[in-house]
Amino acid sequence: MTDLTSLTLAGARERLRKKDITALELADAHIAAVEGARALNAYVLETPDQAREMAKASDAKLAAGEGRPLEGIPLGIKDLFATKGVRTTACSKILGDFVPTYESTITAQLWRDGAVMLGKLNNDEFAMGSSNETSHFGPVSSPWRRKGANTPLVPGGSSGGSASAVAAHLCLGATATDTGGSIRQPAAFTGTVGIKPTYGRCSRWGVVAFASSLDQAGPIARDVRDAAILMRAMSGYDPKDSTSADVPVPDFEAALGQSVKGMKIGIPKEYRLDGIAPEIDTLWQQGAAWLKAAGAELVEVSLPHTKYALPAYYIVAPAEASSNLARYDGVRYGLRIPGGDVSDMYQRTRADGFGAEVRRRVMIGTYVLSAGYYDAYYLQAQKVRTLIKRDFERCFAQGINAILTPATPSAAFGIGEKGGADPIEMYLNDVFTVTVNMAGLPGIAVPAGLSAEGLPLGLQLIGRPFDEETLFSLGAVIEDAAGHFTPEKWW
Amino acid sequence: MSVDAATVRRIAHLARIAVAEDEVEHLQGELNAILAFVEQLGEVDVTGVEPMTSVTPMAMKQRDDVVSDGGIRDDVLRNAPATDGQFFLVPKVVE
Repeated sequence: MTDLTSLTLAGARERLRKKDITALELADAHIAAVEGARALNAYVLETPDQAREMAKASDAKLAAGEGRPLEGIPLGIKDLFATKGVRTTACSKILGDFVPTYESTITAQLWRDGAVMLGKLNNDEFAMGSSNETSHFGPVSSPWRRKGANTPLVPGGSSGGSASAVAAHLCLGATATDTGGSIRQPAAFTGTVGIKPTYGRCSRWGVVAFASSLDQAGPIARDVRDAAILMRAMSGYDPKDSTSADVPVPDFEAALGQSVKGMKIGIPKEYRLDGIAPEIDTLWQQGAAWLKAAGAELVEVSLPHTKYALPAYYIVAPAEASSNLARYDGVRYGLRIPGGDVSDMYQRTRADGFGAEVRRRVMIGTYVLSAGYYDAYYLQAQKVRTLIKRDFERCFAQGINAILTPATPSAAFGIGEKGGADPIEMYLNDVFTVTVNMAGLPGIAVPAGLSAEGLPLGLQLIGRPFDEETLFSLGAVIEDAAGHFTPEKWW
Repeated sequence: MSVDAATVRRIAHLARIAVAEDEVEHLQGELNAILAFVEQLGEVDVTGVEPMTSVTPMAMKQRDDVVSDGGIRDDVLRNAPATDGQFFLVPKVVE
């Protein structure tokens, strides 16, 4: 019998429907894999009992011929999604043992469609990080290692637990969130597929807020098809999120295999950064060649404000974070450190409850919003953001269907290697992904090759608003040409 | 622009994050590194450019002005560090 954890989501769906396997067998295989992979620290909470219960319910549905789109599919849930009755912490000490009395819209939709929850996945604290090293539960290890070395590598972040778990076959797919690259960068680092949908496509209700105008949830999956299947279940209008878009949800899976002939693919010259690893540039050219071979037309385009996206992000995101995280005051939920008076209690609680990166960002955000600095920083950044979005709009107005870029400036790095002395070093990881959040566009990261050291490298495709289907069509072309990348098991 | 030690203390107070005296210098260095990085935004000509207020153009939906939620006091209080069963408890605010 094949190892049930090596199936893709689509493969498992097929086997379940044919009754070759049961949902309980599938859940048990994954529960065992999760228990055997604690060295990766991908899960911060395992929910095996709940998984088995949900799987049994799925088997009943399947037996009755009432299987739903994700019936019996075991998933991991990023710990940023509120799950009713199941501890949800955003991997921050300040949320302590918070147990939501409600379910996030996205996870509710996954359970509505029959999916099974294996547990909660590690992430950077409040999704602030690019390596999953800021988590209160400690760093996640990537299942990948450099050839001939056993240095532990980061899986990327902030959705590091999601990426690591999917790559290591500890679930068939995972939820993730992306504020500046937190789905696409970890997907690229682990040889998995991650898509950040258009802003508004997936409800933010019940997802712990970081920067509300940038946050968007999406899936990380083993391949493009699985990502398309999950995204359909996660998408849709939600009256509980005032920025949720009331647009139809297409069958994203049907976009796979659609011809890309005649599509115009923009190659933005501003993404050719000085000092970029030559193998990243080679990969980019290879990706372009694959799309060309499939009939797409390559067009050099210009996105002149690209270099300002990251600095603008590091004003807008911390500003919104400082506002969103004001709710953690030791009064309504989470940690409380007693103090002499109420203000002292707030200050001690927040000093003890927030990690270093979160404190830093809340303070930067507080500063750029403070009297006398608002115009110089925040207002200027929001104007630059308008220009960044306009760059993309001009590009799409020329008939460009999608834009091809590298996903990350390098392959995964070692735990503890970056950002220790200078926070900017870590921030530069998101240089290719952050523009997409600033403009609210969809972006997909697809594995496209291995580095000289044997680590996965990804390409990013950026699409028009609400045209994720084109990204799935193009992503499938890259995937077909590049193949799949699976780490060797060492854990 | 860069921040001095007094400004770091002021920001920490505004953010309601206690900062020990021996942390100020380190934080000052980190905040100034980030501020130096974002400084380049000043070179962008934004004459006549509107600041972004909504990344996707959408009209805010309106719902009927009716009570649609509430009556879940126990749920609201469930995760609180201190309650009397009906209200959140905080240190004395008014003498």
